[in-house]
Order: sequence, then structure tokens, then C-alpha cells
Amino acid sequence: MNFQPVLLWSDLLLWLLAFAAIGLGVYSAHVEHLRRAWARLGRNPVATGMASILCIFLLIGLVDSLHYRPRLEENPATNAASGAAHYAVEVYSLLDALLSNLRENHEKTYSAPLAIRSYVMETEETQAGVTRDYPRLIHGGAHLADESGHSRDLLLRAAQGIVLAALLFFLLKTALARHRKRRPANAPGFAWEGVLHALGAFLFFALPIVFLAAGYHVFGTDKVGQDVLYQALKSIRTALAIGLVTTLIMLPLAIFLGIVAGYFRGWADDLIQYVYTVLNSIPGVLLIAAAVLMMQVFIDTHSEWFATAAERADLRLVALCFILGVTSWTGLARLLRGETLKLRELDYIQAARAFGVSSGRIITRHLLPNLMHLVIIALVMDFSALVLTEAVLSYIGIGVDPAMMSFGTMINNARMELSREPTVWWSLATAFTFMLILVLSANLLADALRNALTDTPAGGGDPRGQPGAGA
Amino acid sequence: MFAYLLRRLLYAIPILIGVNLLTFTLFFMVNTPDDMARMQLGVKHVTADAIEKWKVERGYDLPLFWNANATGTEKLTHTIFTQKSARMFIGDFGRAENGRDIAREIAARMGPSLAIAAPTFALTLFVAVCLALLLTFFRATALDFWGVVICVLLMSISSLFYIIGGQYLFAKVWRLVPISGFGESLDGWRFLILPVLIGIISGVGASTRWYRTFFLEEVNKDYVRTARAKGLPETQVFFRHILRNALIPILTGVVALIPLLFMGSLLTESFFGIPGLGSYTIDAINAQDFSVVRSMVFIGSALYILGLILTDISYTLVDPRIQFGKK
Repeated sequence: MNFQPVLLWSDLLLWLLAFAAIGLGVYSAHVEHLRRAWARLGRNPVATGMASILCIFLLIGLVDSLHYRPRLEENPATNAASGAAHYAVEVYSLLDALLSNLRENHEKTYSAPLAIRSYVMETEETQAGVTRDYPRLIHGGAHLADESGHSRDLLLRAAQGIVLAALLFFLLKTALARHRKRRPANAPGFAWEGVLHALGAFLFFALPIVFLAAGYHVFGTDKVGQDVLYQALKSIRTALAIGLVTTLIMLPLAIFLGIVAGYFRGWADDLIQYVYTVLNSIPGVLLIAAAVLMMQVFIDTHSEWFATAAERADLRLVALCFILGVTSWTGLARLLRGETLKLRELDYIQAARAFGVSSGRIITRHLLPNLMHLVIIALVMDFSALVLTEAVLSYIGIGVDPAMMSFGTMINNARMELSREPTVWWSLATAFTFMLILVLSANLLADALRNALTDTPAGGGDPRGQPGAGA
Repeated sequence: MFAYLLRRLLYAIPILIGVNLLTFTLFFMVNTPDDMARMQLGVKHVTADAIEKWKVERGYDLPLFWNANATGTEKLTHTIFTQKSARMFIGDFGRAENGRDIAREIAARMGPSLAIAAPTFALTLFVAVCLALLLTFFRATALDFWGVVICVLLMSISSLFYIIGGQYLFAKVWRLVPISGFGESLDGWRFLILPVLIGIISGVGASTRWYRTFFLEEVNKDYVRTARAKGLPETQVFFRHILRNALIPILTGVVALIPLLFMGSLLTESFFGIPGLGSYTIDAINAQDFSVVRSMVFIGSALYILGLILTDISYTLVDPRIQFGKK
């Protein structure tokens, strides 16, 4: 074998979540009232469009979650006797393999987006003497012998991408139109136009970048000469892990404790309320900071546990998700408790109890399905809040491992770049743009979900919006 | 009223004890003083003697809960729990790693924190209420739709972007205000403009969208219809009836946040170099100064509980149907 598969904890959890989501979809297709809610959501073009964009992000994240260690080149002189294969210490993902072009094409230092010359002047010694000039980049535009062809080449590549995008978009559009023709016009159907427009926007954005990226650094390079586009793409997985794996910890806690408190009342309610008031009363960032500091001490003192740096960074990511989950279940639990208090007095639950249905069965059969919409809305809203929180935490220095690429570490590394002369803006701009697209689509989807699953108007939720952001 | 207040205050005590025990568990039992010493002295080359000396200097060499070597009440008082954790209840927070008294430091830093946080809070509230009223007035029009979209957009932008972008634009490119710093005297107002402005922009989207739902809830109520039926002009209906009634949930909702203003904000203060509690906390986190982090946790939760009590009181003040002493 040419590589050795590596299963990191966060990979496992992310794939688990992906399969759980598919399972949930299959399950809800069989339940009448859930199917109706999803159908209502599907008729909203904003919802389907935003969901498609999130799916694209998810796809990138999942491709980035298949890790392996490549086999090292054997040195016959030393290794012939042992016969065992040796694998590299670095852990790569499938995405790394696909983007090997971007990953390996290092420049020396800063270079502007699409540039062919470095952003930093260097002293060159030639036969003519010592000159100070901006040297040509090693990879960016290296195929151009003559610099005058630079802008022509850029235009050509971008045009190729746009033409291909237009072609694909046109194909999709006609396919949709034919699909529409076969269906009766007045039947309310799935809002395919939302998906179409989202995919179209993605194609027009991504394809020119793909064509340009073959020869240039589309978003420039950072201080150590690494491609910024590559960093941004790798950051997606971290953001998704923070936003999704956290819910894996948070949901069971919130659902179980919220329902138990609301349904059984009495001392259980008092105890659970006490616990979440205590947790809530501690400023979120400080609790996270305290727990992360503890974790750092733990990882530093047990460094022998981790075979590779990637494993250590990964464990830190999972631990961060765990900590965020433990500190953020209180809001949802309080919401579910209040709703359970209301629901348990309703006739159908009273009737079930009068028939002697056990508490466990009432909760799973009657309460839980009627609380699901709150859980789903909270899930999407928390996702966007968590992605924003990750950036803030990484800035403060209590976020993910500095070696792990994330939007927070990108911003943190680039924080002084705006104040240097001349200004370097592309790292920050790229990180913020990717983050904005991700968070905005999640927020808009959350809005649409709220409208589809409940009858209340848009708005609502936590007035502070971004936990821990504290601006 | 007095009995009610007393009961609310008594309710706060078990919560503070819970916070205290939780932080004690985190800082002394999960993570032993030995680990702390190793962290401070450097992980690699550290001798057992150096760790012991570090612990003795800071009083971390005592047993956790029960000192068997001491006599009388000292068995209980001469422990880490009493010395380091329980003493916070009487306002004794001990010393930071740099030897300064934490309580005095906190008292000195509350002013600058408040100088930023209080105007930000008040102005955000004012602007958001005005905008929400405007959106409600033009409800179900294009203005309302795009207003909400802009609110969601504002919410989706990282607060780091507002700060970094704002500093770059206002201070570096346009040179309108100083990039960072803080002035004690009255001239210091120039330092406050930018952080307050950025605070408002980053907070106004979420608040406006949130307040808009309160206004929309009021708009279709019976008393509003009656007011219109009487022939009141629409502006009068809005300012005299809807605004006043919708302000109740808004104001009672934000009362809980007022005490937390003392904590300052981590990001703004560290970016703008304001010597407040937020930057104090960040410095402590970066220096891994556990005693300061512990103190800030305690103060933060005390202020949060104060906010809860104030919320309860404000409910009873604005809504006569809720009576004191009745749960």
C-alpha cells in the first residue's frame, strides 16, 4: 500500500454526524408531520439555496476528513533488511492530495493575489551589479516567459472559467425546465430554483478560481509564502468540526436535562435549574479559558500519547468541542424545559398519562417529536455562533492548536498585517469572506427553518447573538 | 419588598458557592498545583525543589480541604480551599503572579472598562430601538425586508472584522481618531469614539432584529386597534402606545446585562489597549495566571446573579400584576 489510513477522532465524529444526518432524513421522510415541515421548508428558495451552499462546505469538510500517512521512499541501503514499510510523520487528507498543487507551491514570503512578482523587495546580485527589485515568484505565473502577457493570461483563464460555468449553469437550467414541464404547474414543489441559483453562484465563483489557481496564487500568499486559498479551504473543516461536533455533546445534555426538568418538576427540576444557573453565571469565555488552560497542561504533560502532531492538534480540537458543548447546553435546555412545562399540561399528554402510559414512553413518543423543531432551529443558530466564537477564541489564544488551520488562526497570524507598510490585506479578507459566506448561509437557513417549523415571525433567539464574542 | 429582596439575595448564595466549588475543582483538583508550577516554571527542565519552593511561596503547599497537621479550627482554615477559594466571599482575591493585589487591580480597572462599555450599551440600545421601530413602521415593505437582511448580514460578520477593519479605516487611513490608548482626563474622550462606534455597529444587527419581534407582537393587539379606531394618527399610535408597551420586554431583557458591563469586553479592550478588566483577563489567560482567571470567574458570576435579581425587580416594577413575595 502506498499510504496508511489514519482515523482522527474528529474525522470519526464528523462522519458519524454525516451518517446521522442522512439517517434523520430517511426517518423524517416516514413521519407525517415531519415530512410536512420539510416540504414547507423545501418550497422556500432561500432555504434550499442556503442549504446547497452549506452542503458544498460540508462536502469540502468531509473530503478533508479522510486522512492518511503517505509511504516514505524506501532507502534500499538501510531498509532492505527490515522489510517493513515506513510512513511519513505528516498526516495528509484527501483534500490535501487534490490540492497538492496549492499545498506544495510555496513562495518565499508575501505575494499579492494573482501576482507574478513578490510583494517584498529583495537585493539581487547580477553581473551588472547589485539591484533592488521585486523578484519573480517561484510558482505564481512561472509559465509566463514574458511579463507583458500577464493580464492577458489572467483574462484568458478567468474567461475560460466563466464560459465553463455559464455552460454548466445553462445545462442545469434546461434540465430544471424539463423537469418542471413534466410536473403539473400548479403543484407546489421543491424550490429547485434556489438550488440552481446557489449552484450557479458557486460555479461562477469557483470555476474561474480553479482555472486561475493552476498558474497563480489566487488569494496571494502569506508571510511564509503559503497559498492563502489553500489555508482558507483547510479552515473549512475546522469551522465545521467546531460547529457540528460541539452539538454532539450539547444536544444529549440539553435534551435530556431540559425534558427531565420540565416533565418531572420537583427536586429534579430544582437541581437541574441550579446546575444551569451556576454554569450560566460563569462568563462563557472565562469558563472556556479555564478549561482550555487545564487541557493544555494535560496535553503538555502527556505528550508521549500522541504519535503525530496532527493527532495532538486533533485531540485539542475535539477537547475544545467538548468544552464548548459543556458550556453551551444551558440555553437550549432552558428553552426545552419551558416548552415541556407547557406541553405536559396539554390534553393529549394528560390523556396518555390517564391511560397509564409510562413516563419514558410519553417522553419519547409524545414530547420529543413535538420539541424537535426547537432543537433543529437551535442547532443551526448555534452553528453560526460557534463558527464566529472559534475565531475569537483562537485570537485570544484559547482556541484550536496554532498548527491547525482555521479562520481564527488565519486572522490571528495576519492581525498585524494591516498596520505594516505597505499593507497586506488578502489573508484577512479571504478569511473573513469565507467565514461570512458560511455564517450568513447558516443564519439565513436558520431564519427559513424558524418560519417553516414554527408559526412565529422571523427574529427571536438570543439577543446577544454571539456568545463569547463580547464586542 | 424587603422580604422579597432578602429571599432573592439568599437564593444567590448557593449559586455562588456552586461557582466557587466548580472553579476550585477545575483549578486545584483536575489541575494540581504541581501542574501549575510546572507550567509557570517551564515544562521541561524543572526540579522537584523548584516546584516545592514555588508552591510554598504562594501557599499552594497546604492540603486541599483538611489539614491534619494543624490544631483546632486551623484544621479547616489552614487549607487551600479556605485560603484561596472561600476567602473570595470577603473580597480577598490574593495576589497575581506579578505580586500585585488582585482586588486593588480590579477596582482600578473597572473605571476604564465602564467608560467603554456603558456608552456602547446605552447607544446600541437607543439605535436598535429606533431602527426596530422604523422597520416595524414600514412592516411588510421592501424597506422592512432589506432591513432584516442587513441585520442578518451585520450579525454574520465576525466582531474581529469590525475591530480590525474599523481601526484600519478610521485610525490609519483617515486618521480621524487615535488607533489605541486611553486617557484618564477629560481629553481622553477621543480615545473612546472608535471603540464605542465599533461596539455599536457589531451589536446593532442582532438587537434590532430581536426588538423588531417585540414591536411586531404589539402591533396587532386589540388596544392598538382601538387607538386607531379612535382616529389617532399612526405616529401617535406608535410612540404613545406601541413603543411604551414594547419597551417593557426590551428593558427588562437588558437589565440583566447592566452589571456585566463592569466586566468590560475582552476583544475591544485588548485591541484598543484600554487598561480595563477585559484586557486584564486576556493578559491573565495569556500569562496563564490562574489566580486572576479564578477571581474574574467569581466576580463575573456575582455580577450575573446581580443581573438576575435586578431583572426580577424590574419585572415587578413595570408590571403591577406581579406582586412582591409571590412566586
